[in-house]
Amino acid sequence: MKRYVYINDDESLQELYCDNQISNRKYTVLNFLPKNLWEQFSRFMNQYFLLIACLQLWSLITPVNPASTWGPLIFIFAVSASKEAWDDYNRYLSDKKANEKEVWVVRQGIKKHVQAQDIHVGNIVWLRENDEVPCDLVLIGTSDPQGLCYVETAALDGETDLKTRVIPSACMGIDFELLHKIKGVIECPNPDKDIRRFDANLRLFPPFIDNDVCPLTIKNTILQSCYLRNTEWACGVAVYTGNETKLGMSRGIPEPKLTAMDAMIDKLTGAIFVFQIVVVMVLGIAGNVWKDTEARKQWYVLYPYEGPWYELLVIPLRFELLCSIMIPISIKVSLDLVKSLYAKFIDWDNEMIDQETGIPSHAANTAISEDLGQVEYILTDKTGTLTENRMIFRRCCISGIFYGNESGDALKDVELLNAVAGSSPDVVRFLTVMAICNTVIPVKSKTGAILYKAQSQDEDALVNAAARLHVVYVNKNANILEIRFNGSVIQYEVLETLEFTSDRKRMSVVVKDCQNGKIILLSKGADEAILPYAYAGQQTRTFIEAVEQYAQLGLRTLCLAWRELKEDEYQEWSLMFKEASSTLVDREWRIAEVCQRLEHDFEILGVTAIEDRLQDGVPETIETLRKAGINFWMLTGDKQNTAIQIALSCNFISPEPKGQLLLIDGKTEDEVCRSLERVLLTMRITSSEPKDVAFVVDGWALEIALKHYRKAFTELAILSRTAICCRVTPSQKAQLVELLKSCDYRTLAIGDGGNDVRMIQQADIGVGISGREGLQAARAADYSIGKFRFLKRLILVHGRYSYNRTAFLSQYSFYKSLVICFIQIFFSFISGVSGTSLFNSVSLMAYNVFYTSVPVLVSVLDKDLSEGTIMQHPQILFYCQAGRFAVFPLYFFFIFRVFSINRLRIRNWANLLHYFSRQLYICWLMVIKLMQDCF
Amino acid sequence: MNSNTPSSSAGRAGSADSAAPRRNSKRPKYSKFTQQELPACKPILTPRWVISAFMLVSIVFIPIGVVSLFASRDVVEIIDRYENVCVPESFRNDKVTYIQSDVDKICNRTLRVKKLMKQPIYVYYQLDNFYQNHRRYVKSRSDSQLKNNNSQDDVDSCKPEDNTADGKPIVPCGLIAWSLFNDTFNFSLNNQQLAVNKKGISWKSDRDSKFGKNVFPKNFQNGSFIGGKHLNSSVPLSEQEDLIVWMRTAALPTFRKLYGKIERDLQPNELIQVTLENNYNTYSFNGKKKLVLSTTSWLGGKNDFLGIAYLTVGGLCFFLALSFTVVYLVKPRRLGDPSYLSWNRNPGGH
Repeated sequence: MKRYVYINDDESLQELYCDNQISNRKYTVLNFLPKNLWEQFSRFMNQYFLLIACLQLWSLITPVNPASTWGPLIFIFAVSASKEAWDDYNRYLSDKKANEKEVWVVRQGIKKHVQAQDIHVGNIVWLRENDEVPCDLVLIGTSDPQGLCYVETAALDGETDLKTRVIPSACMGIDFELLHKIKGVIECPNPDKDIRRFDANLRLFPPFIDNDVCPLTIKNTILQSCYLRNTEWACGVAVYTGNETKLGMSRGIPEPKLTAMDAMIDKLTGAIFVFQIVVVMVLGIAGNVWKDTEARKQWYVLYPYEGPWYELLVIPLRFELLCSIMIPISIKVSLDLVKSLYAKFIDWDNEMIDQETGIPSHAANTAISEDLGQVEYILTDKTGTLTENRMIFRRCCISGIFYGNESGDALKDVELLNAVAGSSPDVVRFLTVMAICNTVIPVKSKTGAILYKAQSQDEDALVNAAARLHVVYVNKNANILEIRFNGSVIQYEVLETLEFTSDRKRMSVVVKDCQNGKIILLSKGADEAILPYAYAGQQTRTFIEAVEQYAQLGLRTLCLAWRELKEDEYQEWSLMFKEASSTLVDREWRIAEVCQRLEHDFEILGVTAIEDRLQDGVPETIETLRKAGINFWMLTGDKQNTAIQIALSCNFISPEPKGQLLLIDGKTEDEVCRSLERVLLTMRITSSEPKDVAFVVDGWALEIALKHYRKAFTELAILSRTAICCRVTPSQKAQLVELLKSCDYRTLAIGDGGNDVRMIQQADIGVGISGREGLQAARAADYSIGKFRFLKRLILVHGRYSYNRTAFLSQYSFYKSLVICFIQIFFSFISGVSGTSLFNSVSLMAYNVFYTSVPVLVSVLDKDLSEGTIMQHPQILFYCQAGRFAVFPLYFFFIFRVFSINRLRIRNWANLLHYFSRQLYICWLMVIKLMQDCF
Repeated sequence: MNSNTPSSSAGRAGSADSAAPRRNSKRPKYSKFTQQELPACKPILTPRWVISAFMLVSIVFIPIGVVSLFASRDVVEIIDRYENVCVPESFRNDKVTYIQSDVDKICNRTLRVKKLMKQPIYVYYQLDNFYQNHRRYVKSRSDSQLKNNNSQDDVDSCKPEDNTADGKPIVPCGLIAWSLFNDTFNFSLNNQQLAVNKKGISWKSDRDSKFGKNVFPKNFQNGSFIGGKHLNSSVPLSEQEDLIVWMRTAALPTFRKLYGKIERDLQPNELIQVTLENNYNTYSFNGKKKLVLSTTSWLGGKNDFLGIAYLTVGGLCFFLALSFTVVYLVKPRRLGDPSYLSWNRNPGGH
């Protein structure tokens, strides 16, 4: 399906698409009550309580006053309904603020001030500097003569750098005044939530230009909620409005995650329900038999000989009502309450505040804290998660000469400085690629210094290093780049940018040297994406050695390459590229294919090595958590050697005699299969030895293993406590999480970048590091923390406490309601199985709410062991992982106790029902209290 | 040229600075609650503590148990089961017919006092296998009608004893009142009437606030099927103490209810003549009827259970204290020895 947007057409489009009224609301005033009730009653527990409450209205069978169930039920419903209502009201207020904001829109050819909600698809919207973008726009004009503008997309994807947006070529050079009158059609896909893609076409109507189709990409759009920066004004055509914008579409409510504990509680509820039905049937039959044999003789009961048709049902239903409190009505509310408090404790924790940035930890998902205490597998990203993601250029290898090996810092290497001073051509070419083969934007600050706005930390490091080596990237003016080298300014015109994708693993730019008009392709990328494409005859051995050497030091390597293009080769390719760029279907794949045609026969210039230091406390954290029985998997896009080095330096794996690394590799199915089997065999043998065995697999072999040998790989995953997966794509990361989840393991995924988002969402618990790669991962995650080392505290302290507290609370809830129920059941045997309630309504209600539900909430402050003890003996976590619910017989011990107390009082306070029940009630309030204190 | 790097890092710091105040405002304020550092008491159960706690419990409980056992033993009780012996030989095979017939049901019993009984001596009747706690029975009453003269018609809950055949409300209505116990007991000692005080046998709160002073029995026991005792319709309900006692329904099918008090001492070996009217039908459901004369101690009536319970718990604690002491002396263990932690005991076997 496609959407045709007619620019500036005031009549036709008004009704076709929605206006720009943003609505995040779930309810309206009218549908709030029915919709909310419907939602609440879709839960089994609530249906059950409603049924019980309705049955209680029948006075013949109700053992107690209906108020004792209706009261709590209405209270619980009112609490959750008012919480929903409050949230919705706040959403309404923020929507209203956004909707009533005034913006400049062209109406009937005149610029008018209208409210943001009145923007329609096809309208032209004018923005000034620092304005928020009210809806998704296709740029058609900016104040910049080159048609550029800068936007900050932090609200959309969390990335704080400025992004350039450019007007489509068709609109280039249209006069400021004429923009009011522009007419045309934009052919774009139906609204979706992909904020990285916009595959559309634009055709302007005469007299503006011939009807040539101009491709539009995400680069030509400015999306809702972004801010216009460093640009005086910009204007664009509204293509998606209201809730159909990219932001609006991606806003959807994520699937709620269910904790192991919740599942356990549900199961327990089910089991108790079955038990209850059994009790009701047994007692119902017994009651009817007793009635027919004994009660007829008890003349004072005056049973009629002929009863109504439903007589047989009366006694079972009475027992159903009597036993209905077996399933505690308060458990849901109490658990919700304490869970949100756990989340608050995480938010409040002073020891999990990142001291550098002052960002506290945050629990976005308040419902899954206790799962943290049950984690069995942690899947972690490397860059930015284990490491600081602060890249520093350390070493390089230029045409076979290694720089920076002695001092450990190439920038201080005298040989390199001499080579630069001597304008050695290889070195200069190398530095030029470092400086301009990127998407960095230099911004001149007020003091005249140059700041680089880079999307990737590697590029930032390379550009800064080049600047230190006197190749300074000074200015980017539209397509013209300026490099200052040894006092002279060299200009390059950027013809095309072949952007980095995680599949291609390289990026290239095609530039034209303005001095001599030569067209050059500059590339940088991972070694396996560059070195195999060297021109025939070039010796790449030294580069491979360099890459290996650097990787062993744990450095990140990039290969730089270039190639001179012939004019006609470029022209021919450029046409293909343009065509691929304007396809609407599979554009990314098509572009990758076209890029492939240009990126070959490289002349390899050299290898850069960038250091990414480990974060503070990473080895200790990993060691502690491994002691707690948690298995670690490292999933990284980096190459094998780097990954292994980092793994060694952060205690991930142990060096040789103690640890053993098993490699799964191979290019074909057979090779992978053989190596997988070999590894599996070793793994089985060594699993009994106290040895750290880890396996290493790369993306390619993983792909094959997951596809063809899933079973064997799953077995390997179960056997192995540690794994390193390198060169993996975001979707493979998610697949691995899926694999572990399918083996019934509790997984935690931690990452910091956009490539970890899928894994984070897939895992039982997603943790995001609010790091340098933007907030994308932190936003998608259930928990966001500032540093990797906080994970230890998050799991061992918060996870464990939450688990213990919830376990206690839910056990206790069931215990206290089972107990009062059992007393009623035992009493029924001495009251002629007639369904008499031993307790009156007020006592029952007070028991359920005031005496047992409220005071026990104090247990959220309970700490069974001090934080220091847990940190010292992380093995304590085994108990949480195994699940404390296993101690089920404990219940029956308690029940027995109460039963014995029951016996104790019976003869003593003999005779009066009222008095007896009150005594029993008080006495076992004391017992319950005692239980509370003992735990 | 070198100016670029410092400036860029300065820029980084600058941007962090500008963001810092906004973020710092999110920083939680320190409090003991938010940091989960509220003061707490965490007793460590060292052997000494445990042994002394058990010892303390046994030291407190065993004397209490002994004292309450003695108190219970001091209570003198005379129990006389009469429902069988009070049926004439000729009716022994069909007691139900006997109890429903109009023959004279006077029965004489002699009770011998075994020990000195100090006043007040409580006279109870005890019924067995009588389900006053049956749901149909226990609900069949109208509290508002008992209390308030204006709500005579409030008989909905009293079914099936709510209205007379001609539709007039019964006061007091319901099965409980209708089945009021109607055996009577007269005591004499050496041919002298032994006075039984029937005042003040019910709860004061019941007389004052649950049974009305201006509510009089009406249409009571007028039906064809007479349940139990008739009530004097000129006496208000608040003074019908037998009814008030009866309407406090018993929790268990075996129960005693207070009949009256004898306010003089009874010497050992004195013979008490009891003239009783055996009117109440317990024969149809094989219920027992017993007459009980009992003194009280400071602990109440005769009941060994409390004493035995205290003795058992105290004894158990003493035994535990002793055995822990033995274990502590024979095989002492260092406090906080990590080798006893489960993961150290059997490595890998978690």
